[in-house]
Amino acid sequence: MAPGAVEPERVYLDYAGFAPVDPRVLAVMRPFLEAGIGNPSARHSLGAEARESLDAARLKVARLCGGAAGGIVFTSGATEANNLAIKGVALRARPGAARVLLSAIEHISVINACRDLEKAGVALTVLPVDAEGRVDPEALRAALTADTVLVSIAAANPEIGTVQPLKEIARVTRAAGVPLHVDGVGAIGRVPLGVEAMGIDLLTMSGNDLYGPPGSGALWVRPGVRIHPQILGGGQEGGYRSGTENLPGTVGFGVAAELMRVEGAHHEATRVATLRDRLMAGVLATVADCRVTGSRVARLPHHLSVVIRGVKADSLLLDLDLAGVAASTGSACASLTQLTSHVLRAIGCTTAEAEGALCFTLGRWTTATDVEAVLQRLPPIVSRLRALAPLHT
Amino acid sequence: MAQESKLFNADRQIDCTGLFCPMPIVRTREAIRRMAVGQVLEMLSDDPSSDPDMRRWALHMGHDLLQVTRSGAVYRFVVRKTR
Repeated sequence: MAPGAVEPERVYLDYAGFAPVDPRVLAVMRPFLEAGIGNPSARHSLGAEARESLDAARLKVARLCGGAAGGIVFTSGATEANNLAIKGVALRARPGAARVLLSAIEHISVINACRDLEKAGVALTVLPVDAEGRVDPEALRAALTADTVLVSIAAANPEIGTVQPLKEIARVTRAAGVPLHVDGVGAIGRVPLGVEAMGIDLLTMSGNDLYGPPGSGALWVRPGVRIHPQILGGGQEGGYRSGTENLPGTVGFGVAAELMRVEGAHHEATRVATLRDRLMAGVLATVADCRVTGSRVARLPHHLSVVIRGVKADSLLLDLDLAGVAASTGSACASLTQLTSHVLRAIGCTTAEAEGALCFTLGRWTTATDVEAVLQRLPPIVSRLRALAPLHT
Repeated sequence: MAQESKLFNADRQIDCTGLFCPMPIVRTREAIRRMAVGQVLEMLSDDPSSDPDMRRWALHMGHDLLQVTRSGAVYRFVVRKTR
């Protein structure tokens, strides 16, 4: 930047990658880091206080997901919760006689947990999705076999924003008596996702996804669904997840869940969706040869994903960053391997299209000014990159 | 299988068994980056998704995937760096 030049105001639209922690959450967490209220198993009075705080957090998270508090198992985040759900259920079944069904667009933590099970003799069925990324409940019904021990389908896809027809999916798994695991990251607090109302048996949640601290998460497990613990030790979290509880993180997660329950699904989702719609309309109107990926209708309220033909996402993200805009491709895995994301492949994107995948996720502190700034800064960047890449026609 | 592997003398070998996507590709990329054009890398992996991933990666990067063999659960990939 030239000396004296004014740095453009930063616009943060990567809430799915990391969400800033809500100051109200931080304020509640602080005493748990500073005052010795740390170990819920301790026999002194501070231990009792810690136990009560942990139980209160459990209740708050349970209220957000609409299930019994006893079903909450706190974890270090969504990846651990996904591993616990999938391996926990499948490893209780007889090896060599178990099958897990998952969709083709699951999160890498679900896919890799399943791949690990495959090595242990568990069979996998991968369900295709349509061009918008939706699982067909009838196809799921047809794919269910007598040896199926678990179905794992995320409520919404973090890369393309599509929300699954979960109620219909749960109706199918219910009728077959097969437990349904749902990765709720991105969806919970933003779209209806009550475990009882929907018929979900295991639900993954992330604290940071709700403006809570990173390193906090939970798996809700329906009473009666048995899982095999993946982390062994002193028997914390009902024996399902040993290790001294991350109390500051868990308390913060509880407050974040409560704020999300009270504010998230109502005016916040509407406010953010209005901004997102403005961003979507603006990008489509000002950037030629660009289309939305995922569903336009069944979509996370804070999510916009597009493919812009004739540009590479890496260059786009770099230039956007220089212009003060933080966005993402939506797929950390694909950027590490430099391969096309499995999600975009599954919805039929060509390699050339997928190279120009761009993902904006809005949040609690996104403003109309932020959206207008992106709409001003993005089109000239695309034009410049296309001029550099003569292949674009 | 053992005779087949003699077809190509690898200049470098990496063992990615026990690792999952994206790590086998990430480690392959790092290893290839440090090698000279024309040199051959042997990579072992027991992640089932390594097979399609390595084929696509080699195609995408323009390197020669000389051989893919499988012994039990372990895949063996032989790649020549071309550029």
